Amino acid sequence: MKLNAKWTSYPYIIWMILFTIIPLFLIGYFAFTDAEGSFTVSNMEQAVKYIPALVKSISLAAIATVLCLVLAYPFAFAMSRLSFERQKMMSMLIMLPMWMNFLLRTYAWQAILEDNGVVNTLLTGIGLSSVKLINTSGAVVLGMVYNYIPFMILPLYSVMTKIDKSVLEAASDLGAGFFSTLYRVILPLSMPGIVSGTTMVFVPAVSTFVISGMLGGVNNYLIGDLIETQFLGNSYDLNCGSATSLLLMVVVLVTMAIFNHFSDEDAEEALV
Amino acid sequence: MNQNKKVFELKKIAKSFDGDQILKGIDLDIHEKEFITLLGPSGCGKTTTLRIIGGFVTPDSGDVLFLGKKINDVPPYKRKVNTVFQKYALFPHLDVFENVAFGLRLVKTPEKEIVQRVREMLALVNLSGFESRRVDLLSGGQQQRVAIARALVNRPNVLLLDEPLGALDLKLRKEMQIELKKIQQSLGITFVYVTHDQEEALTMSDTVVVMNEGRIQQIGTPQDIYNEPANAFTASFIGESNIIPGIMHKDFLVEFAGRNYVCVDGGFAKDEPVDIVVRPEDVDIAPATSEFLCGTVKQVVFKGVHYEMHVDCNGTVWRVQSTDFTPAGATVGLKITPEDIHIMHRSVPYGGEKD
Repeated sequence: MKLNAKWTSYPYIIWMILFTIIPLFLIGYFAFTDAEGSFTVSNMEQAVKYIPALVKSISLAAIATVLCLVLAYPFAFAMSRLSFERQKMMSMLIMLPMWMNFLLRTYAWQAILEDNGVVNTLLTGIGLSSVKLINTSGAVVLGMVYNYIPFMILPLYSVMTKIDKSVLEAASDLGAGFFSTLYRVILPLSMPGIVSGTTMVFVPAVSTFVISGMLGGVNNYLIGDLIETQFLGNSYDLNCGSATSLLLMVVVLVTMAIFNHFSDEDAEEALV
Repeated sequence: MNQNKKVFELKKIAKSFDGDQILKGIDLDIHEKEFITLLGPSGCGKTTTLRIIGGFVTPDSGDVLFLGKKINDVPPYKRKVNTVFQKYALFPHLDVFENVAFGLRLVKTPEKEIVQRVREMLALVNLSGFESRRVDLLSGGQQQRVAIARALVNRPNVLLLDEPLGALDLKLRKEMQIELKKIQQSLGITFVYVTHDQEEALTMSDTVVVMNEGRIQQIGTPQDIYNEPANAFTASFIGESNIIPGIMHKDFLVEFAGRNYVCVDGGFAKDEPVDIVVRPEDVDIAPATSEFLCGTVKQVVFKGVHYEMHVDCNGTVWRVQSTDFTPAGATVGLKITPEDIHIMHRSVPYGGEKD
């Protein structure tokens, strides 16, 4: 019997319809209806008022994404040049924190950054004054970078292992020094990894509520926290929460589309 | 010997990887306009030698001289040398034109000149019209041509080629051999070519450097290498041969296979043990009389141009090629004339305890 590859995708397609497509329509439905189920745009009007929180979410997530990229890129390249055994060990070490519960990891950061936490105890212990760490934007960014950096390293690393050593030697042979090789060969060849790594860090970071809730305090109330309180918290409002979610989704999609557009252009420019 | 100016000189080059000594003292001069081939089995150090010339490997000891100047620590991107890599190593994100233009763009060549030189080069390697093709969609032979064009467009003093034809099928390989030789002659650039294929080396080269186990075994023209192998290794690696132990009684008289033969070599010590090389095509089948070394034909294989026979003479199997058919089981004489007997010092060894 010939294996029809189309069939193999059916289980997931059913899953996707049930748990992605239908909920998406439900969100859309709730977003544009009131509690009685009649059409309204008042939820959207309410959601638009949350734009400052959305802007803050996007900027913190963008900063975290850039930091992840800056940290992960040289590391992923170095890692891709190691021997096979070392590469395996390294990827395990990168995944290691992910075996620990996400909440637990963030609690740990809370303990480190608190006013009476590990860092401040050390600082005062050596006679310095304590610094405000917890409940700052910086703490939120730190939490994002810490939690999401594996999602930047792994896609970068996987495209970089495909860059053959002989291609880098060829660049050198043709007269390219370190920076020319980076700009003309490594960067364009790793662009797919940059795009997917950035997406995989930015999207969860922009909608996070655990990290901002635990490390950011009331001053760093992000869009994710807002959505959470509307669905589970004190200001329960299913319709308004749906509208906010929809707004976030649209903004994320637009942001990613713009980013992808520019990175494509970059890749093409690098060709010239 | 080549009279042209020396481009590269390697002096007593040694190199180890992980405690494994790959090169054990390489001395080699490479001249202008020369087509020089490093020939040897895998692991003999030929590719390492090439990579030292290219700057990808720094020797542990010894010197690399370029036009008389020491360049041991000069990185590849500062050497006037370009390489055609074994697996081509084309840039997968660039089209054919941009692959070839890569080196020119790095030195900020004017766009007009880039277009002109790339076009010229692509014409030279028969790839006109392929400018905007993606390189990963080209055939192996076409990729190879792009790699050659990409290297040559920079007008290097020396082009290094690391088994460039290894991945191509036989027919394409033969065509490319002739084409490469033509390109080399028309551009007048020095080619340093690495291969393990002795036929390729003999066909293309002005000079062949036979290497084994990190040492140079012999340097010479293809004719020298084939007709006057310096030692048993060269003789066995280049072409087919019968290698028989013998004793050089005095000049022009050698004993092997239990018989005395007149030969054309001299200058050996009295009764020096030597290795005798006789090419299979140089042995003639003769009547089985006491005049000749006699033996029994064990095996006859038809090879197209000739028959190849294994003739057992007192336990030693001789390989003989003849256009005349002799049935297996026949007793024949082997006629070996003095010019066909090549005598080699036993002390110039296979693996080489030369020094």
